[in-house]
Amino acid sequence: FRIMAGKVKWVTDIEKSVLINNFEKRGWIQVAENEDWNFYWMSVQTIRNVFSVETGYRLSDDQIVNHFPNHYELTRKDLMVKNIKRYRKELEKEGSPLAEKDENGKYIYLDFVPVTFMLPADYNLFVEEFRKNPSSTWIMKPCGKAQGKGIFLINKLSQIKKWSRDSKTSSFVSQSSKEAYVISLYINNPLLIGGKKFDLRLYVLVSTYRPLRCYMYKLGFCRFCTVKYTPSTSELDNMFVHLTNVAIQKHGDDYNHIHGGKWTVSNLRLYLESTRGKEVTNKLFDEIHWIIVQSLKAVAPVMNNDKHCFECYGYDIIIDDKLKPWLIEVNASPSLTSSTANDRILKYNLINDTLNIAVPNGEIPDCKWNKSPPKEVLGNYEVLYDEEMAQSDGPDRDLRSRPGQSTGVKGSRARDSGKPVLTTWK
Amino acid sequence: AMLDPERGLSLTIARVVQRLQGSSLHSQLERQARVSLHKPEIKLESLKEDIKDFLKTSGWEKKLQNAVYSELNVFPSPCHPAAPPEHIKEPLAYMRKAQGSWEKRILKSLNSMCTELNIPLAQKRPVNEQKELLNKWNEMGTDEPDLSLFRPVYAPKDFLEVLMNLRNPNYENGEQPSFRNHLGLIQVPLKVKDIPELKEDFSELGLNIGQLGIDDSAQVPPEFFENEHVRIGQKVLAEQDSAAAQQYVRQGCPTALRADLWALILNISNQPEDILYYEQLKSNVIQHDLLVDSLIYKDVKLTASNDDYYFVFEDYLYQVLLCFSRDTSVLEHFTYSSATPPKSYIQGKLGMEEYAVFYPPNGMINYNSFILSVAPLCFLYHEPSKLYQIFREMYVRFFFRLHSISSHPSGIVSLCLLFETLLQTHLPQLFYHLREIGAQPLRISFKWMVRAFSGYLATDQLLLLWDRILGYNSLEILAVLAAAVFAFRAVNLMEVTSLAAAEAVLADLSTLKVMPLLQIFLFATVT
Repeated sequence: FRIMAGKVKWVTDIEKSVLINNFEKRGWIQVAENEDWNFYWMSVQTIRNVFSVETGYRLSDDQIVNHFPNHYELTRKDLMVKNIKRYRKELEKEGSPLAEKDENGKYIYLDFVPVTFMLPADYNLFVEEFRKNPSSTWIMKPCGKAQGKGIFLINKLSQIKKWSRDSKTSSFVSQSSKEAYVISLYINNPLLIGGKKFDLRLYVLVSTYRPLRCYMYKLGFCRFCTVKYTPSTSELDNMFVHLTNVAIQKHGDDYNHIHGGKWTVSNLRLYLESTRGKEVTNKLFDEIHWIIVQSLKAVAPVMNNDKHCFECYGYDIIIDDKLKPWLIEVNASPSLTSSTANDRILKYNLINDTLNIAVPNGEIPDCKWNKSPPKEVLGNYEVLYDEEMAQSDGPDRDLRSRPGQSTGVKGSRARDSGKPVLTTWK
Repeated sequence: AMLDPERGLSLTIARVVQRLQGSSLHSQLERQARVSLHKPEIKLESLKEDIKDFLKTSGWEKKLQNAVYSELNVFPSPCHPAAPPEHIKEPLAYMRKAQGSWEKRILKSLNSMCTELNIPLAQKRPVNEQKELLNKWNEMGTDEPDLSLFRPVYAPKDFLEVLMNLRNPNYENGEQPSFRNHLGLIQVPLKVKDIPELKEDFSELGLNIGQLGIDDSAQVPPEFFENEHVRIGQKVLAEQDSAAAQQYVRQGCPTALRADLWALILNISNQPEDILYYEQLKSNVIQHDLLVDSLIYKDVKLTASNDDYYFVFEDYLYQVLLCFSRDTSVLEHFTYSSATPPKSYIQGKLGMEEYAVFYPPNGMINYNSFILSVAPLCFLYHEPSKLYQIFREMYVRFFFRLHSISSHPSGIVSLCLLFETLLQTHLPQLFYHLREIGAQPLRISFKWMVRAFSGYLATDQLLLLWDRILGYNSLEILAVLAAAVFAFRAVNLMEVTSLAAAEAVLADLSTLKVMPLLQIFLFATVT
């Protein structure tokens, strides 16, 4: 009978080998949910239960979970947009230079989410916007679903008649979140490579929101559509062309199982530097870091910054042909399924590096620790933004970390600059 | 027969003049000269001098210099004027003979496939098919023609077998004891360089000289080397000097400058007539269907479509290769290649020269080996006609030597021998061990060299390697790198006991950094 004291006890309700192998390699001990546990990697349903008013329970100091209680402020499409809009208005009100607008009334630095409305609530506002650009295409996404489910494109008002009806009904009709949709302007000029459309998946780890401390995983990837992209309207219904979620792509005829239609971010960087030049490429990656940090700052005030929590988000970003990045959505539970061997390795390493930061030394955690891991344990993460460090420095500190060349090409340059006045960032 | 230097020089000049005469550059220069007559600084008394000055200051002289430089790079030095043309292709008779037999064999394979499948070598496409192909020109990758009955004309393994069986009939074993001890697969006594000579040739790769691929890594502050190197690169581009560019890239190209530097070295400027020529090739593809097209499809599907980096560019590969197969200007390179394009005869007129055509139009049948040499270029050039020209030039300057039997120092035979000699001389224990267990090193490294490492190295590393191919105008670096890879993994290789295990140790090269490997092998290994 071994003495188990001192070993982390873990639980998970997500049966994925990349997780379990990581727990086992640390010598952690699996326990059941109703036993004493230290680390619980839970699905979003479970986190809801843990923190709900009826079924919730207090976590003790030696317990850590992998979600923030109200992560949906960032990870639900409608709430993310709402929080960003609110954030921008607040900055505008306080006269911050970040909220500067151009001559067309568009935010210069904070226009990174495609124009979005909630349906049915904002139906009339949407119609007004639609009429300004009647040839535009819009993408309808159900608020509560993931993996590309229920998404469709429209380019005619008649295609969303249903929501027009719903908006006219009594305002006391409560819309269950399952029926609510967001409608966003579709980026119809995406950057194409080899004629193919792609989006970026980047992993961002947040250990605390106040002060904000977040890390970006250097090994993000591009997901390519298997079918050639054409903006023609007849193709609107062909979801394989437009959506890049691997879950949908996997069923397209052309899906290739060996490479799974992915490129590393360093490949992307090499391609862009070679074909577009270094300055615009650096600018693009700086902007990507910028929009991620801004999105986190936008939700920080409303986040329940529970000290038992950390979270690894999957950011989906699309780059348009002017090399402007757009934030499409943030995932609370990025897929841990692997579509290829390389993928499996990447996700295994992702979890490994995440655990090294979230559970220092792999020992029984104390949620009161300062959440400041030493540089050596970061692995493939690099500091994206550290509010505490930024505020403690006087002048802008331009920490140009040029990460190691594990794939041979310099990865993203994360900046740890403090002040919002962006002499380094813009 | 040796030629005295002066005679050689005048022959070279005559050849370059002949080649540039009638070229578009020639007519442009003439036009510029004529236009300059209206300028005030051109005076009748000193007409010739003034025009020359004008051409110099307006940059036209530089363009001419670049064109001359390009010719000198591509064409071999002239041999004795009495030497027959086949000596320019390949001076050694037994090599010519071997190449001829190999070609016969390939052609036989192609013809039998043709007969078996009852498909003509070429036929005009019906109009509706033409329209269809034009519509999906940019996405041929989504096409799924039935290719199950097609097979590549030959595999790299077959080619290696042929090279292994090469023998010089005039060679007596007793003469060169050092060669008798050669234990590798290649058994012909070609002269290859040793490390001291390689160190001299590749002196810019020395330990004291800055390199991209080493001195631009994360730990090195850019002020040490990178910034200055970029600045010089920009200057070279501004001056538009081919020779300077070629010297410059020996230390590697900054990623943002690489596309332009390579184009400058290869003397590709993508003029309107070049774009027109490409469009012409494209319309040839649309109008006529060639048997070789199916082989190209098959080869692309087998190689690039499954590659981690290149799958994105599948459609570009079809465009480039289908056009390439129709490009008769490629026939020019056969004057200095040991290969000869196969001839085909109009049906029923076999053997009648007036009914002979080159098949395919560019004379090339097998694409398997060099599809992967197109793909890396897609990282640099996204405009189809420019991509096409760069690829074509790379092929007729370098890559063709990897697919034909010749004695040229950059030919595949010499590269194989160089690799084996380097390994046997400097890692004898490893060499003997691998040989003992039935894992002759060349069996593993052949496929790397024949593809110029494309598909084996990470793209950024491959591009750094190809920088040096262009910089040194030679493929020898491929053999040196192959030896350096074996040296790097020597410890693991010493422990294997089978060919399969050796292959496994060397299966994944995607994490290798080529420049440190080359530098250590050439300059830091105790010989």
